[in-house]
Amino acid sequence: MPRRTDIHKIMVIGSGPIIIGQAAEFDYSGTQACLALREEGYETVLVNSNPATIMTDKEIADHVYIEPITLEFVSRILRKELPDAILPTLGGQQGLNMAMELSSAGILDELHIELLGTKLSAIDQAEDRELFKNLMQKLNEPIPSSQSVTTVEAAVKFAGKIGYPVIVRPAFTMGGTGGGICNNAAELTEIATNALKLSPITQALIEQSIAGFKEIEYEVMRDAADNALVVCNMENIDPVGIHTGDSIVTAPVQTLSDKEVQMLRDASLKIIRALKIEGGCNVQLALDPDSFKYYIIEVNPRVSRSSALASKATGYPIAKIASKIAVGLTLDEIKNPITGTTYAEFEPTLDYVVTKIPRFPFDKFTKGERRLGTQMKATGEAMAIGRNFEESILKAVRSLEIGTIHIEIPELAKVSDDDLTEKLIHPQDDRLFYLTEALRRGYKIDELAELTKIDLFFLDKLSHIVELEIALKDHKGDLDILKTAKKNGFTDYEVSQLWHIPADQIREMRREAKIWPVYKMVDTCAAEFESQTPYYYSTFEDENESIVSPRPSVLVLGAGPIRIGQGVEFDYATVHSVKAIQKAGYEAIIMNNNPETVSTDFSVSDKLYFEPLTIEDVMNVIDLEKPVGVIVQFGGQTAINLAESLAKAGVKILGTTVTDLNRAEDREAFDQIIQQLKIPQPTGATATTKEEAVTIAKRIGYPVLIRPSYVLGGRAMEIVENQTELETYIRDAVKVSHEHPVLIDRYLVGKECEVDVISDGEHVLLPGIMEHIERAGVHSGDSIAVYPPQTFSENVIQQIVHHAEQLAVALNCIGIMNIQFIVQDEIVYVLEVNPRASRTVPFLSKVTGISMAQVATQVILGAKLPELGYQAGLHKAGKMVHVKAPVFSFSKLNNVDSLLGPEMKSTGEVMGSDVTVEKALYKAFEASKLHLPDFGTVLFTIADHDKKEALALAKRFREIGYRVMATKGTAEFFKSAKLRVNEVTKIKETAGSKQQNILDIIAAGQVQVVINTMDQDRDVASDGFQIRQDAIEHGIPLFTSLDTAGAILRVLESRSFTTKAL
Amino acid sequence: MKRYLILADGSIFEGEGFGAPTTTTGEIVFNTGMSGYQETITDQSYNGEIIAFTYPLIGNYGINRDDYESIAPTCKGVVVHEAARLASNWRNQLSLDEFLKQKKIPGITGIDTRRLTKRLRTEGTMKASIVDTADEHAFDQLNALVLPKNQVQQVSTTKPFPSPATGKNVVVIDFGLKHSVLRELSKRQCNLTVMPYNTTAEEIIQLAPDGVLLSNGPGDPKDVPEALEMIRGIQGKIPLFGICLGHQLFALANGADTYKMKFGHRGFNHPVREIATGRIDFTSQNHGYAVDVHSINKDNLLVTHIEINDGTVEGLRHRQYPAFSVQFHPDATPGPHDADHLFDEFMEMMDAFAKRSRENA
Repeated sequence: MPRRTDIHKIMVIGSGPIIIGQAAEFDYSGTQACLALREEGYETVLVNSNPATIMTDKEIADHVYIEPITLEFVSRILRKELPDAILPTLGGQQGLNMAMELSSAGILDELHIELLGTKLSAIDQAEDRELFKNLMQKLNEPIPSSQSVTTVEAAVKFAGKIGYPVIVRPAFTMGGTGGGICNNAAELTEIATNALKLSPITQALIEQSIAGFKEIEYEVMRDAADNALVVCNMENIDPVGIHTGDSIVTAPVQTLSDKEVQMLRDASLKIIRALKIEGGCNVQLALDPDSFKYYIIEVNPRVSRSSALASKATGYPIAKIASKIAVGLTLDEIKNPITGTTYAEFEPTLDYVVTKIPRFPFDKFTKGERRLGTQMKATGEAMAIGRNFEESILKAVRSLEIGTIHIEIPELAKVSDDDLTEKLIHPQDDRLFYLTEALRRGYKIDELAELTKIDLFFLDKLSHIVELEIALKDHKGDLDILKTAKKNGFTDYEVSQLWHIPADQIREMRREAKIWPVYKMVDTCAAEFESQTPYYYSTFEDENESIVSPRPSVLVLGAGPIRIGQGVEFDYATVHSVKAIQKAGYEAIIMNNNPETVSTDFSVSDKLYFEPLTIEDVMNVIDLEKPVGVIVQFGGQTAINLAESLAKAGVKILGTTVTDLNRAEDREAFDQIIQQLKIPQPTGATATTKEEAVTIAKRIGYPVLIRPSYVLGGRAMEIVENQTELETYIRDAVKVSHEHPVLIDRYLVGKECEVDVISDGEHVLLPGIMEHIERAGVHSGDSIAVYPPQTFSENVIQQIVHHAEQLAVALNCIGIMNIQFIVQDEIVYVLEVNPRASRTVPFLSKVTGISMAQVATQVILGAKLPELGYQAGLHKAGKMVHVKAPVFSFSKLNNVDSLLGPEMKSTGEVMGSDVTVEKALYKAFEASKLHLPDFGTVLFTIADHDKKEALALAKRFREIGYRVMATKGTAEFFKSAKLRVNEVTKIKETAGSKQQNILDIIAAGQVQVVINTMDQDRDVASDGFQIRQDAIEHGIPLFTSLDTAGAILRVLESRSFTTKAL
Repeated sequence: MKRYLILADGSIFEGEGFGAPTTTTGEIVFNTGMSGYQETITDQSYNGEIIAFTYPLIGNYGINRDDYESIAPTCKGVVVHEAARLASNWRNQLSLDEFLKQKKIPGITGIDTRRLTKRLRTEGTMKASIVDTADEHAFDQLNALVLPKNQVQQVSTTKPFPSPATGKNVVVIDFGLKHSVLRELSKRQCNLTVMPYNTTAEEIIQLAPDGVLLSNGPGDPKDVPEALEMIRGIQGKIPLFGICLGHQLFALANGADTYKMKFGHRGFNHPVREIATGRIDFTSQNHGYAVDVHSINKDNLLVTHIEINDGTVEGLRHRQYPAFSVQFHPDATPGPHDADHLFDEFMEMMDAFAKRSRENA
């Protein structure tokens, strides 16, 4: 069927801020959707609250709304735009939920708006447990038996019926806390008792256990003509029991015979046809490793993280094709964009092995619960392609950037055998490394299979890697073994460690021996058809397929997997840099390894190398492509960290030179510049020993801000109040040495702000200044940023502009950099300079209308700002106020403290824009799902030094009609100020008694907002931690900074005022 | 042991030997299936051919007792990027290496199979050898090789044999029969008689079957002229269903022509459209020859199926007689089951024909 002509205007709903489980993959799918609809001639309306996305660029859709994805705002947009249809299946669960909400609110019927893609009834059938069960029974497709229970007796009775083992899943507990596998009635009684106690609604699901089954996924597509196909199947190396987002996954499946492959294919196609999905769908299946028995685990009736992975793994653009299907095209009418010669009615066939490996946040959340289960915990992922499994997984491991470029964490050598076994049985995020450690200790793969239920095939591959380590060690200089090792994904660095020869010498040996990588194309068809796709991966084989074009090229390094501190913002900047390079007439080449993102869409650049971002991998591409130079300013710390090694290897770093990058990042050198320029700076110094640190802190005076140098997102940064804390910090948080100095600064309590500047060396453009709502001490990435600044005097703004100009020129910045300032008593102090694009680039680009990464790239390529039409100095702000607010994923992570501090903790961001700051803040809060009712109860539990300030807030809450509750000390303080307050008892005070304590009150939903600040005692067991944890678990808005609380109060006040006025 | 794969165009690929250590020659073809190597290797349609797998890891789940498509495979060699050193699957009985040794089929691993595939895609399938030394002598031998023309004769049963059941009487003509064709018919309770490729029409008619299935098989359909006579002798009298080589023979018997394709269709992601309904199935395919669409006499044959990507003829139906054929494998194995409904259509065709015969009688 040709495309529909009865609809003209289509709204696409995005997925909102990035949270764990809903990440950059939806920027990729949403962008593809908008472009695909446009390609078919439709007018597009896009709504998304996340400014750090390509999809919210003006070029992507005809009408872009960066507004909260809530009933209130989306309805408003619908009434204004009156689209004919909505495409809700490309914006993750958020998009789908929004569509369902709009539908039940009746607005779709009212405005005659049609939902494209998948009918709501199908979404219900896939997502409602009972409906899904019924459908599967009708289709004769097996699902694990399960039943919801509210008593232990019912649990035991049901388990008796279906047989052990069973899984207990308590309803609504954070990260599934309190659940577990039970092998008999005694275990079940114990676990179910606890689970029911923990569940806020005293309910748990008892489910037949299929833990240990192989977890297999099928990405399927269907069109309105009932054509259906499998784009890709994938096998999780980790068996059922670990969320697929947290599992290491290979594509295609590796250990299934064709009989099993076809059996599961039949089931998947049967389901997508029964659900009548028009578009893409993900089917997760569990396959018994010892029989043909299988179960359907779940069905996602939409484009998902797995479909983004499948798209990158095969080259088949699922979101794009799904969008075209949604407007009536059939698969046999749509050309396969990869080959250009075949049709989308095609099942890709791979001639390589893909490995996806999740990136976890536990380098930042060191106290977080690392045990993996059914709640996803990873923030991002890396993907690698190889011609064998070993190559594929080793490339994936070194793409992770977790401090090791081989499948080895040396510290694990110290772990006891018992601990090792324990970690194999109860997997954490780092089980892969425990596995190789076990193999190095001589464990047999059969034993490991017993402990982990991981298929022997994969364990043997890991064993092969360990065997190669030994072979290398035993045969120093042996070129045959070196060749084998390279074919199996070893880096020169790893070989250099085993051979005690410098890595560049090994590179020379390889060059002479012609052990050199080639690049193969990803073409969906295993070379059966000719393709023009510029999508490549490296391997050690005969034929190189990547033909170097005669045009001069520029290489852009991407930012790798998404982690806290390095999010989708950097992918945004990377994509824009590519656009500018192309406009400047160069061929733009991207290297990156994140399958979720737009930058790794092969249609974005002239050439995509899907590769790890280590010096060796980057040099290999450079050796082949011989680009004019490399741009490192947009790929976050990942790219910047490579600059020095690249320059040493003789590669031209475009823009700010490596020497100047170092001057900005090296504390001593930077201090010198600041002093020369006479720019105020918090007193500080660098320490390389503990003793030195103590002396410096004493000199500066407590409190001090302490952090390791060369940090990412404020890792391990803390405010310490006294010497004891300082010593604890040095002992626990960082290694202090000459190679790893720590920075100690005076902690200024002032207003923070930041700027991104673009400089051509002479002219310096400041697109805008962003004022932070939270005072210094809260990481800038976790602060609410307001543009333009609302409280700064002209004098302060002048100082900021002046310092920024001075710094950009002094640091010889060519391109972009970010500066953080603190304003205290009308004096502007410089905190730090990041000589690269920062996370605020997309936000600021959107609110100022300056495509900053593009302008910066043009400058990097030699243009001068005046030629580009920009004047030096501060760009004039418009009338609107724009707010960028952080979004957190605490509800997905257990034992992670939500208290804000100098360490970044947020995973995403939203933007709110309006004519007043209150309205803009309101939108930002709504978009980040921090909704406060007009009336209710606020609970204060406040540290002593904040009590005075908290009192002012409490009074304002009272003023608008909120009731105030507080814990003992706070309540007494408030009472003494004549504020009406209800005292609640703390946790310890009620131990053993029946009196309601603070946690009971939170659990009972008696408070609508919690405000909690605390002293430096961050003991996990402390009341404060428990209170925060419970507030998050129960979905109650929690504020740990009085400034944020003040901001939302302003919003409430402004609304309250309006109410009275009417 | 270091071994070489050499091609008639002079290309040399260095690799490691596995399977049988013998020297081999044959026509080299590539297969794009990501699973199902056991079924592929044991498929007699690969008689005389050296099979290169485009998926790089082959042998991962070993060889099991269920998935054979013939008892004594006759392909000439197996070319892979990496032969699994450990096979893991609950049905696994022996490794690919052991199996190839048992069956005396040489294999070569460590090959840049993508380079090889591109070569075959651009130059077409060609003669190749797996040898110990890639010297002039080896190439001379290769160039001197004449590909056999009696492939069907080599793989067909020499004597008829039954596979009894209580349903319809179906004669299966074995041109290099895949066991899965029998499995599909057995699933439908057919009482089968498998007969040699050179069975005559009279011999079939004497058995008075409800239907005849013309099986798949290796090589050029023009090398089996005996079959054309037989088909012409039975069509119209007995319902006919042709698969793969059987399809090509059915076409030839009805005046159409076949040609050798550049590199054929070998894999199971080939989308095929049924013209009448628009229905698209993903099909398992293994053929190096195809029916020339221009040669079809529209008065007696109707094109029913085409391949979406290259438009090749994938299915035919006789305009007067109860007879149809498909180029692909509705029996799948390896590959998708999308087209297994064709066996049901064959059943229905036999029923309808029987009903009509009764009515006419």
